[in-house]
Amino acid sequence: MSEHASAELIARYAAGDDLPPDRLWAVEAHLETCELCRLRLADVAPPQVTALTSAVWAGLAPTGAPVRGHRRFARWAVPSFLPWLSMTAFVVFAALLVDELAPAAVTSTVLLIAPIVPVLGVAAAWSRAMDPAYELVVSTARAGLELVLRRTFAVLVVVLPALLLGGWLAGASPAYWLLPCLGVTSVTLALGGVIGVRRAAIAATATWAVLVVGPAVVLGGVPGVLAPGAAPLWAAALVGGAAAVFFRSAAYARL
Amino acid sequence: MEGVVVARVVSAAEVAPTGYAWQVKAEGLRVRAGRTMAVDGLDLRLGRGVHGLLGPNGAGKTTLIRSLATVLRPASGTLEVLGSPVSGRVDLRRVRRALGYLPQDFGYYKRFTVREFVEYMAWLKEMPKRDVPGAVQRAVERVGLADRADSRMKTLSGGMVRRAGIAQAIVNDPEVLLLDEPTAGLDPGQRVRFRELLQELGSDSCVVVSTHLVEDVAAACTDVVLFKAGRLVFQGTPDELAAAGGPDNVGDSPLERGYSALIGEAGAW
Repeated sequence: MSEHASAELIARYAAGDDLPPDRLWAVEAHLETCELCRLRLADVAPPQVTALTSAVWAGLAPTGAPVRGHRRFARWAVPSFLPWLSMTAFVVFAALLVDELAPAAVTSTVLLIAPIVPVLGVAAAWSRAMDPAYELVVSTARAGLELVLRRTFAVLVVVLPALLLGGWLAGASPAYWLLPCLGVTSVTLALGGVIGVRRAAIAATATWAVLVVGPAVVLGGVPGVLAPGAAPLWAAALVGGAAAVFFRSAAYARL
Repeated sequence: MEGVVVARVVSAAEVAPTGYAWQVKAEGLRVRAGRTMAVDGLDLRLGRGVHGLLGPNGAGKTTLIRSLATVLRPASGTLEVLGSPVSGRVDLRRVRRALGYLPQDFGYYKRFTVREFVEYMAWLKEMPKRDVPGAVQRAVERVGLADRADSRMKTLSGGMVRRAGIAQAIVNDPEVLLLDEPTAGLDPGQRVRFRELLQELGSDSCVVVSTHLVEDVAAACTDVVLFKAGRLVFQGTPDELAAAGGPDNVGDSPLERGYSALIGEAGAW
């Protein structure tokens, strides 16, 4: 254990005085291992040295703002989600408006379109038109089932409250449409693993329009598929679709 | 018991030296772009270095780069990137983590700042969370955008947007870097700086640059891949390309004369 260097020696070293070589080596070797003496050296360092070190420290200071959390939503929704959000609101309120203007219709329009609205959102989340960086996103490691599920979840988080509000205003109980809504979404995702999510969503929307909305508009009344009796079928679709998605997860790598 | 064996195999693969001779290897590769077969029977091997992908418009350069970026699935043939086949329905995550890609039509989120955009891409590339801020700063500095890192993307000029695109491509230190027409929109000074960056990147990874500018190839590429109608016409060094041309070929420089000698119809629209 070496003794500490004297204050006088450190002052001479700091000022760059001519020290005998043996003392110079000794003080340098000691400074390398002794934090206390380095601090004493820093205290007596001449102004040009302190100016240099503070300039170096200033250059090392982190530039730019640290990571802020306000782009976190991008991990769930498409970053350019505003047009999509307004489109969803528009669809729900257009349906409400139809209900208001044509109260003679027996079936609520909100009820008729409710199961298909999330699918429109899912389609939008995977289209070039809605996601300008689509080409970049699809080449990344996270593109695939994980991102599909994240974006679908974000769609549901936005769409379900809008539908609940619209349905409440139009008098369409969620008991009628909630399970079909989730069932259609689940089957669409499963189909998406085969033909691509966007095409699957278009196919689901077209099928729904032809088989459910069309007959309901022509014939009136609540379609059979939305009757409470169909609930077990929709539950089966939900579970079956989810299982198919789970077992074919690798198929979503290219969409 | 089986789980233990699988875990050992994976870790051995991770610490092993590269198990492939070529970063990119294609055999009889055919890739469809819409209805046409844009890449038609391509045999290609690319290793480390900067490879200039040169060819007339419509030769299939973009289609080839998109299939290397695992965006397009090849119609037939084999395509291996970093030793893993990417042609079938396979898990592409490992390969994609080591890819950098700058598309020709490069879309971005206008309201994001440069830093947020590059950070988002780093997240999509599944970089470890603790490495992201440092890697983003480094990438932004390498393309000379450090002073604009916190500006929104929509306030940037065309050349700056392209540099932000290059920053997102290199943020994960990719082993295979794919750049589709990266010099479009850069002014001459930026182009020179970009070529220096390419040479730096090419020293330890496989960089594929598609371009129609012969001078880009002359200045930055270690290897030229000449491409016409979906097929490989020539692969060699820039000097070999220059040697292929004679005084009676069309062109203002030896490389251009070599290009027109091999493509055969330079000067024609």
